[in-house]
Amino acid sequence: MPQHNNSPAIIAALKGVSQRYGSVTAVDNLSLDIRRGEVLALLGPNGAGKTTCVNLLLGLAWPTSGRTELFGQSPREVSVRRRIGTMLQSAQLGGHARLHEVIALYSGYYPNPLPSTEVLRIAGLEGLENRPVVKLSGGQKQRLLFALAICGNPELLFLDEPSVGLDVESRRGFWASIRRLREQGRSIVLTTHYLEEADALADRIVVINRGRIVATGTPTEIKNTVAQRHIRCVTQLTAAQVQALTSVSSVKQNGQRLEIAATQPESVLRELFSLDPTLHDLEVSSAKLEEAFLTLTENKPEEKAT
Amino acid sequence: MSTAVIKLWGWRNTLGVYLREAGFQFLSVLRMPGFALPTLLFPTMFYVFFGLIFGKSGDNQMATYMLATYGTFGIMAPALFGFGVGVAMEREHGILALKRVSPMPPMAYLFAKTAIAMLFALVIVLLLFVLGALFGGVRLPRSEWLVLAITLIIGTLPFCALGLAVGLRVGGQASAAIINLIYLPMSFLSGLWVPLKFFPHWLQEVAAVLPAYNLAQIALDIIHQGGTGRFLTHLIYLLTFTAICLWIAQRGWRRIQDR
Repeated sequence: MPQHNNSPAIIAALKGVSQRYGSVTAVDNLSLDIRRGEVLALLGPNGAGKTTCVNLLLGLAWPTSGRTELFGQSPREVSVRRRIGTMLQSAQLGGHARLHEVIALYSGYYPNPLPSTEVLRIAGLEGLENRPVVKLSGGQKQRLLFALAICGNPELLFLDEPSVGLDVESRRGFWASIRRLREQGRSIVLTTHYLEEADALADRIVVINRGRIVATGTPTEIKNTVAQRHIRCVTQLTAAQVQALTSVSSVKQNGQRLEIAATQPESVLRELFSLDPTLHDLEVSSAKLEEAFLTLTENKPEEKAT
Repeated sequence: MSTAVIKLWGWRNTLGVYLREAGFQFLSVLRMPGFALPTLLFPTMFYVFFGLIFGKSGDNQMATYMLATYGTFGIMAPALFGFGVGVAMEREHGILALKRVSPMPPMAYLFAKTAIAMLFALVIVLLLFVLGALFGGVRLPRSEWLVLAITLIIGTLPFCALGLAVGLRVGGQASAAIINLIYLPMSFLSGLWVPLKFFPHWLQEVAAVLPAYNLAQIALDIIHQGGTGRFLTHLIYLLTFTAICLWIAQRGWRRIQDR
């Protein structure tokens, strides 16, 4: 749950940032604040601009227009980089160096690193210290990237698609590690295309699609906006009549039955029964979150006023 | 953390970061037989074949001459491949990005790669010297051994710069092919395998613009094996060549940063 600080300090921000590659606009006039102590999830489908946002925050990419701030400074300042840790989606570790040597190398960049035993424990890499990186499994390499992100004892942690390639069990363990890091007071920015992951970890979710923010809120708020129920029934009402009811987002005629999608199915049902006492063959089901989330990211850009 | 502590830490540890980076990269390279073996074996093997076996015509002239040319050939490889292929691969695999977002000073990375190239150059030069002295009858004043060795080791720098310029521009897969396409023809055209006097005249003219030729001429001069005697010209050429490569590398680096 969000911290009980009255005025959460903003430690990182994108301010009206756009990023264009030729004719492609990866990020479109986007503003974003990251508050001290929170876990912020950037949620969106592949290619939505999440990674570009992270790269801009890190100074790995330079915005076409707009401004990026980390701890009130340019992200390219060494003093800033000493306070952050990063797990990049694009990084593929390899080579014949041993795991403990890699961790020692990266720890050495920071003024106040975590002890290596603690890094290994948090990342779940105990017992693999002497294994050459090239012989690690995909999941183990992913955890080593995580270890390199936390080894500098960062105040702010960037995790770009951290759980890609992890099996279900490792993913749960990984989530537990992230929660512990948050409890230690670290701020975390993570990108994911799983609503479930954002829901499990984040204090705040920012949904991004086509380089724009389409929704912001707590996981509950986001789920309420996107979580729809499907109502199927046989009724004498027309599709147009049903469409007019509160919270109904779509109505489809399917043979004799109407298929209604709505965010507040209870109120829709009450109205349906009062309007049509003959209504029968009723069925209510919840849309899968992933499905609902897809609806959100697919529909929003069309209704934007450009 | 207070700035005073950071400053103290920085003062005490900057050197440590440089040395750890170099040590780490050196260990990684040593454990990668695909780099260490050919860079050490090819120049020594060629020197044994062409300088010691075929060159044996009663005197030690060929063995002495080729100490300079195969020395130049030898020291180019760790610089060109270490930078050209190393940087390109690390860039393609996102390792460079990982280091860029870390507080590692970028110079530590360049220092590590340069130190490794020079260390390999030292080993190659020593191997050739031992072979030449023991089996080729090469006899030189102590000062000439020393000056030749130092020249060849410092002579890695233009090729480090060239490798860096290539490595920051080409993809990881293409880099090995491109570096080979630079390395082998340049070695041949600079007269490192076959002395230039056997080349048609116009081809000898081409050699003048190649850094390997310019370094080899300085090396040949040091041991009195018929260099051009124009030390300053070659030095100015090599310095200019290095500067141009670093300028191209810097532009490549900018392009990566402002992507």
